Amino acid sequence: MQQPSKMNEEELVEYFRTQMRTDPDMASAVAAIRTLLEFLRRDKGETILGLRESLKWATDCLTEVDSSVAVSSGGELFLRFISLTSLEHQDLSRCKKVMEERGELFLEKISLSRTKVAKLCHTFIKDGAKILTHSSSRVVLRVLEKAAAEKKRFTVYVTESQPDTAGKQMADALRRINVPVTVVLDAAVGYVLEKVDLVIVGAEGVVESGGIINKIGTYQMAVCSKAHNKPFYVVAESFKFVRLYPLNQQDVPDRFKYKADTLRTVSDLSDEHPMIDYTPPSLITLLFTDLGVLTPSAVSDELIKLYL
Amino acid sequence: SSILHIAAVVVSGTSVVVYMYTWCLSSSIHISAVVVSMFSTIICGFLFLLVVKRLPEHVQVDDPAVVKRLAKKLERQQIPLRSDYGYKVSLFSHLHQYSRKAPLTQQLSIPSTVIHPSIVRLGLQYSQGIVAGSNARSVALLHAFKQVIRDYTTPPNEELSRDLVNKLKPYISFLNQCRPLSASMGNAIKYIKKEISNIPSQCKEEEAKTKLLTCIDRYIEEKIVLAAKAISKYAIEKISDGDVILVYGCSSLVNNILCEAFEKSRKFRVIVVDSRPRLEGREALRRLVQRGISCTYVLISALSYILPEVSKVFLGAHALLANGYVMSRVGTSQIALVARTFNVPVLVCCETYKFCEKVQTDSFVSNELDDPDDLMVTRKGKTQLENWQDVSSLGLLNLVYDVTPPDFVDLVITDLGMIPCTSVPVVLRVKNLDQ
Repeated sequence: MQQPSKMNEEELVEYFRTQMRTDPDMASAVAAIRTLLEFLRRDKGETILGLRESLKWATDCLTEVDSSVAVSSGGELFLRFISLTSLEHQDLSRCKKVMEERGELFLEKISLSRTKVAKLCHTFIKDGAKILTHSSSRVVLRVLEKAAAEKKRFTVYVTESQPDTAGKQMADALRRINVPVTVVLDAAVGYVLEKVDLVIVGAEGVVESGGIINKIGTYQMAVCSKAHNKPFYVVAESFKFVRLYPLNQQDVPDRFKYKADTLRTVSDLSDEHPMIDYTPPSLITLLFTDLGVLTPSAVSDELIKLYL
Repeated sequence: SSILHIAAVVVSGTSVVVYMYTWCLSSSIHISAVVVSMFSTIICGFLFLLVVKRLPEHVQVDDPAVVKRLAKKLERQQIPLRSDYGYKVSLFSHLHQYSRKAPLTQQLSIPSTVIHPSIVRLGLQYSQGIVAGSNARSVALLHAFKQVIRDYTTPPNEELSRDLVNKLKPYISFLNQCRPLSASMGNAIKYIKKEISNIPSQCKEEEAKTKLLTCIDRYIEEKIVLAAKAISKYAIEKISDGDVILVYGCSSLVNNILCEAFEKSRKFRVIVVDSRPRLEGREALRRLVQRGISCTYVLISALSYILPEVSKVFLGAHALLANGYVMSRVGTSQIALVARTFNVPVLVCCETYKFCEKVQTDSFVSNELDDPDDLMVTRKGKTQLENWQDVSSLGLLNLVYDVTPPDFVDLVITDLGMIPCTSVPVVLRVKNLDQ
């Protein structure tokens, strides 16, 4: 039954795309959560169960648009956060109001998460450090901006990160804040690691085992840093924690490996190149999140607290 | 050891007193306060000693004082003491080693007035190996306790909640003598004792008994049967078409998972690894082949030969310890180690009722020694080790359990979900909060 102001699929996708366009610095998960909040406000459901069903449906729609792990994990966490309160009110509109308030609280918390992560991580960058990072990550950029603001001198090596050469964008952003940066080939990671002091990467998703899902090439970098005994740090916000447990590379579900349009158009995925890979927790030294600095084994503890 | 305890208290007490005295002098507080603080520290010292856990008796067999204490306790409970058999390897001389040819029931008078007949039967089944496997043992124990409760009548001037618990104590000692209790049995007994002592005193006997029986049925249903279904659900997600799965020995849970996955039309084949002297893999092989699953059978010595073909390893567990170590049938840690070197993922399946608060880092401290005569093998009419007792420098070691470190285990599947091995203490904490 179509109500006049309830959001249907096109409106949902359009709202999401607008959010991404207006603030390119915002994480896709935050845009998705804003969209879900708007969907909740306009929803005309009659029951709480119906509300949850339609929110799940909305999350699925958004995952089809942008198949990153963070969108699906952010949506699920949003749903859990707003329902994790006493919904024993008689009046449905009162319940909805409580849920909306909690949704706004959630949004406020996660908008501050990048700043919290940057505050925790920048102390690990010492003066004169040489940092290696992979592809373009807004969280890593925020961390490096904070470190530069604290008057630390450091140089950055960024991998070019094919097939979309996202590394070049990261290099441009760093040049703007006057940080000396060098773009290296993906194949040159082993070559450059002996000059480097630490490796910092972002994450698209943090899985239950404490490992991460990130742009393809991260696993290689982690294995090389382990071989060189260099610390491998991951910076991620807490809404990227997802209830997945891959055992190896092929255990990661296809819906995260490829871009959303590829999944829709191509039938035989064995010719397509995956966009992400899985880094197991044994290769990661520390994870910096807005919940604190965690070792990979503590991630499961935090996940149990978030999801149960 | 009691002298050491007293010495420790005296030393700590005096050091604290000296510190407090100098502190009081510097801040000029009345001398009586010093005396009060002295007494309180000594009392705290004693209380601390009471709280500190003692080692269980079954791992202190080489300490004669402990053995004497155990003998006195069993005499009080009118249970015969089982004597150790054969020469024990020195590294394991602190553990019991019994012979299957001398079951405890031979020393009991029939009819036994102290021990309920279903418990006697259960003890015999344990010691002869008729009931084996931690789930089977726990379920058999709970059914025997149900029979005990049905036949129980409260004596006059006694309360059911206290008397029944006291009645169960000699039964538990008896079963412990027949075969050391497993971690799952320990948790089940703890649960039953808690339920019994929570019975309100004004409850009538018939009502209390039906309540206890339903509690036990619910425990079996929830913690074992439904948990197995939940674990199968999670485990089937991890089995993909074309998988080659390696299993070791006979774990009821792993067999259940494989049969369920086969029914859900997953295409996979199984490699069953077996080891002497128990050869439990043959039972697992029989169960899987009966369902129509294609299986291969190897002995554990061929493990590194067969592992390049394997895509996943599924292992069962006897208990999961609080530091993330997995206690399971001997040979499991070997399989996990070799699988790790071949980069094959190792998945352990374990229900949450087998999680225990114990911490162990090696397989020596607490283990079980089975009958050493099992290692003798008769081939072509000749038994090689027939007279092993006559050779004074020869010892036969038949270990039952070993401990696998968490670095070798990739994933633990429990009824609460899939967790890494290091998260076992979190689950224990969450469970304690629930209770």
